[in-house]
Parts: sequence; structure tokens; C-alpha cells
Amino acid sequence: MIQTTLLSKKYGPVEVLHIDALDIPTGQSFGLVGNNGAGKTTFFNILLDLVRPTTGAIINHDFQVNTTEEWKTFTGSFIDESFLIGYLTPEEYFEFIGDLRGLNKADVKTFLTFFEEFFNGEILNKKKYLRDLSKGNQKKVGIVASMMGNPKVIILDEPFANLDPTTQIRLKKIIKELTENREITVLISSHDLTHVTEVCERIVVLEKGNIVKDMETSAETLQELESYFAV
Amino acid sequence: MIAHFLKLEWKQYFRSSYWQKSIFLNILLGFFALYFMASFLIIGIGGYYILKDQFPEQDPLVLVNSFLMYVIVGDLIFRYIMQKLPVMNIKPLLILPINKKKIVHFILMKSSFSIFNLFGLFFYIPFAVVLIVNGYDTTGALAWLFSMILVVQSANFFNFLVNKNNQVFMGLITILVGGYIIQKFEVFNLAGFIGEGFDAVYANPIYALLFLVLVFVLYNFNYKQLRNEVYLDAFISQEVKVAKSSDLAFTNRFGDIAPFIKNDLRLLVRNKRTKSSLWMLLMGLLYGLIFYTQPIYADKEWVFVLVGIFSTGVFLMNFGQFIPAWDSSYYKMLMSQNITYERYLKSKFIIMTISVVLLFLLGIPYVYFGWKVLAVHFAAMIYNIGVNTHVIMFGGSFNRKKINLDEKAAFNYQGTGAVQWLIGIPLMLFPMALFGLISWLVNFETAVITLLFLGFAGIAFHKNLMILITKKYQESKYKMIHAFNQEN
Repeated sequence: MIQTTLLSKKYGPVEVLHIDALDIPTGQSFGLVGNNGAGKTTFFNILLDLVRPTTGAIINHDFQVNTTEEWKTFTGSFIDESFLIGYLTPEEYFEFIGDLRGLNKADVKTFLTFFEEFFNGEILNKKKYLRDLSKGNQKKVGIVASMMGNPKVIILDEPFANLDPTTQIRLKKIIKELTENREITVLISSHDLTHVTEVCERIVVLEKGNIVKDMETSAETLQELESYFAV
Repeated sequence: MIAHFLKLEWKQYFRSSYWQKSIFLNILLGFFALYFMASFLIIGIGGYYILKDQFPEQDPLVLVNSFLMYVIVGDLIFRYIMQKLPVMNIKPLLILPINKKKIVHFILMKSSFSIFNLFGLFFYIPFAVVLIVNGYDTTGALAWLFSMILVVQSANFFNFLVNKNNQVFMGLITILVGGYIIQKFEVFNLAGFIGEGFDAVYANPIYALLFLVLVFVLYNFNYKQLRNEVYLDAFISQEVKVAKSSDLAFTNRFGDIAPFIKNDLRLLVRNKRTKSSLWMLLMGLLYGLIFYTQPIYADKEWVFVLVGIFSTGVFLMNFGQFIPAWDSSYYKMLMSQNITYERYLKSKFIIMTISVVLLFLLGIPYVYFGWKVLAVHFAAMIYNIGVNTHVIMFGGSFNRKKINLDEKAAFNYQGTGAVQWLIGIPLMLFPMALFGLISWLVNFETAVITLLFLGFAGIAFHKNLMILITKKYQESKYKMIHAFNQEN
């Protein structure tokens, strides 16, 4: 359960985010959509305690994110390429993150076998540093790293951007599998309405920092969203 | 067309973040440039008379010529380290209707006017003028000057061609050192031999044309090489170095901070910026030779402190002053992981401590200059571990500048803020002043013991100090995340 109460973020006089109440129950696949500057990334950054809220707070499974750090043990995330360490090879990066998340070398190896299909043979044993991988392949590494160590909450900002079609489809499958048991909460943001309606059971639309729509995904959701954004 | 290029260059230069970042640094660099130019000018004008005065029986021109080898090789080494290849951002130009030949010629011609080519002229031109004034053959002196200009240009294009090739760099160093050694032991006077070549230019001005051929050949090589690279391939298939994975299992003995130590070691050896900092280690280690070989410093014990702090702490200062900026490009990720600042900082502390001890051990041969030197170095080592590591990590919490790891270090002020300059004062000047004062008031032994005492006190209170430092880092967490997110 992730509870947001009376949250706002101001840069000077400009309010970039204002959410009075938003509860995301455990096990939900939650999608955040909105145009550029709607506040999606800001929301995620506050959720990860990378940015301080001006007012209000987010409570992640009973831990308020800006006063405790306990939530870090069960929260995995990938926001952008700055989450990667460019001078490591993918294997070393996974080992590093694994170390931080309490996995030993063998655990990491076993964990990575589940993603062989997702990596499509382009990541492991390529003898390349992360900085030399293509944008799409970097993204694959970041997404998989966010799932290490059995997190209860996974936060992905724009996971579909830069991925090739095959990988997009595989990622959708992975996300669906994750939320199958209703134990892992997945939060994603996306500009691609089709993808997000396909994976997420609930979609929230942000506009200029405010929630303007909050809906359960149904057969009509995609159409509704398309007509909303077609201004 | 050229006008367009020049306009683009102008904008690129003045709109670059580098230029806009700090007026202060630019003024400082400007002063350096002016200083060098003025010094060269003075040597150029006065050099003839000084040489005449010191070595009345020798011809100043021949003397200068016999040193030219060192000048030229030194120039190449200097360029290798400092000069950036004049790459124009050609990518957007490729799809425009511009002749590719023109782009390449422009890049090459532009490099001819590099500031590095101008420095030398401030010496050669006045020196040649003085020669003519003093009754040297005008044609000969002009031919000599002409050759020198061409030599400078050749160096420019040669450097371009070498393109930061490490083997050539080692070759240059070998020539410089080897040439000096065989001259010193009178095996063969390489520099003199090359000097005779320049003497010949003066005697037979026609030989100057050989240098023209040299420039022409080098220019053509460059042209051919570049002409082949005016394609996107160069951007797309940028040679990707094969990654060397390393296990670094030996770090496992450090327990829960091992992952960070591994990471820092990889950081150091895999990035341009940090790799060039490693060269500084050698410099720091040899720093003492500058002072200790000169008898005037033999009884000035405060100098030992300066050398001791610097030579055992060169890595500490170089690496430490950019904590946590080294990790700036992925700082957000670190902050969203389940780690404590304490572990993160502790790994930095251990790395710095190991470096200090190692540098002290490597510096033990300094005992040759007296046991006092070694005693002071030992005290300096303890002081570095106990005091300076903590001070520098504390200073790091004020760090707000991102570092791009792919840039080289020399003349690179990226990540440098006013604090980084200020921090040098307590690190080096304070122990020096303290030592000087006490050894003047009391005696040498007490001064050494004072440094040792401060160092051991720092080590004893390590845990408490770390708590203090960690708190400071936590307080500035959001500011750092925000600052590291900004491209410079």
C-alpha cells in the first residue's frame, strides 16, 4: 500500500505537483500518464526521496519515505540512464546492485537466468561497458536491476521508450507476471497509451501536476484516453 | 563558407558551458597564457645576450640549436597532455551541401592557429631579430626562423596524427630521458647532432625547404586520415574497447563495504579523468627530489612537512576532493538503494588510507636525505590518515559540481569549485605552519610528536568524526542530487 496525502511540490511560485490523496493498494499494476511536464517523474522522484515534497508525504508500506529509509529494502526502481554506472560491465553492475540488495554471486546468476529471453543475447558476456551499450540495451539492464532482491514495489519511469518492439512485448509479459500473485506493486509511467492500458489495471492521468482522471482499465479505457489527449 | 565555419566556431566557444562556467578560472587561464608569452618574449630578446655573457667562447645560435631537440620533444609531450584535437562538430554539417574536402581543410587549417603554436613564436621571432641586429647573416637567420615556424607546425600536425597514442607518448619520454642520459655520460650527443642540422640551415638557407616538405607530408597524412573519417561510421562505430571484467575478489575481506571498494577501484582504472589523475601519483612521489636535492632546503625542516604531506597525500587530495562527485552521474541510483552513507564514506576512507600508507612505503628511499626526513614523512602519513582524510571528506559534503568521467584531467576544472581550492590550505599549510612554529619555539622532536599526536587523535576519534561527516552528507543530500542532475 502506497499512500499519498496532501502532497505538493513547488519550484518557486510554480506548483508542479499537487495530489491531495492517492492510495495504491499492494499488488496493483499502476499506470501514470500525462504530457511532458505533467509531474510524473516528479512524483516518482518524491516517492524515491530524491526530491523533497513542499508539503505532504508519501507512505510506502508504513514507512514515510522522507523520514525513514526502511522502504529502500523493498523498493526497486529505474528512472533513467543516470541510474547506471557507465564504467561497469552489465555483469559487474548486477553484482553491485545484488550486493546492495543482499544477493550473493550465485543468487545473481540464478536471477539473471530468468531474463535470458528479455536480454535477447545482447547484454551478458558481451565484454562491453554499460556506457558503450545502446540506449535500449542500457534500459534493459536498468529495468532488470530494479527487480533484483525480491522488491515489493517496482517503479519504472517510461520503461517502454527506446525498447525495440520484441522487447516491449516481453517487458509487458514480465510486468503482468510480476503482479499476478498480487504481492508486488508495479508503478509505471508512459507516453504510450496502448502499452500502459495493456499492462496496468489502473490508470491515473496527470495534467499540470493535478490528477484529472483515475480509472480502472476496461475495454473502453484506451479510447477514452485517446480522446482525452486528442486536443 | 569559411565565414560560416568561423561563426559557428565562435559561437561554440563562447556559448560552451566551459566558458560560461567561471569568469574567475578563465581569467586565471588568461594570466597563465600571458605569463608564458611574456616569459618567452623576455627570453627571446635577452637570451642571446645572456648566452653570450655566460659562454663567451661559444656561438649563442649553436648553443640554442643544441638544445632544440629537448624543446621539440618537450613541446610534443606538452601538446600530448594539453592540446585538444581541433574537432569541429561535423555531424550536422554532413548532410548539408558542403564539400567534404572543405570541412577537412578547415579543421586542419584551424589547428595551425592553435595557441600552442603561438607560444614558441614568442621566443623564436625576437631571438631571430636579435641575431640579425647582431650582425648574423639575414638570409640565414630568416631561414632558421622559417624552419622553426615549420617545425612548430609539424609538431602540431604530428600530434594530431598521433592522436593520443600512448606508445608514441612513451617513445617521446624515452627520447627525452634517453637523450639526456647518453649525453650526460658522453656516449653520444644526440641533441648536439640534431642541433648541427639546424646549424646547417643557417649556413645553407636552402635546407629550410626540407621542413616545408615535412609539414606538407604531415598535413597530407592528416588530410587523408581525416577525409576517411568524415562519415558517420566514425560516430557510430566508435571503437568500443573490449571490457575487461575483473573480479577483485581480494576486496572481499572488507566485508560489507567491499562492493563500494570494488566500484571505486574500477572507477579509478576505467575512466579517462581518473586515469590521468593516477599519473599524479608518480609526480607526487618524486616531488621531494625538487627540494631535497637542493642544499638550501637541507636545514629547513618545515619543507619536509610540505613534501611529506604532499607525497604521501597526493592521491588523498586528488581523489578525496571530488568525493562524492566521482559518483555524481549515478548518485540518484545510489540514494535510492538500501545503503547507508556510513558504508559509502567508509570505503572512500579506506581507499585513501591505503594509498597514504602505500605512498609512504614507496617514499622510504627518501631516508637517503637523512633520518629526519623519514621521521617527518612518517608523522605526515599519520597526520594524513588521522586528520586530512576527515577534513577532505567533510569538505566533500559541500561539493555541488558534477564530474564527467570521460574528460581528461589536465587543465580540466570540471567539478572544481571555490571550496576545492580553499581546502588545500588546511590540508597542507596548517600542518606546515604548526610544525614550523613548534620546532622554532621548542625543537624538532616536539614538532614531529605534535603532528603524530594530532594524527593519532584523529584515528582514535574516527568513529565520532564519521558520524559528524555522515550527518553533514545527509543534510545536503537533496542539494547534491539536484546539483548532480545539472549538466555543466
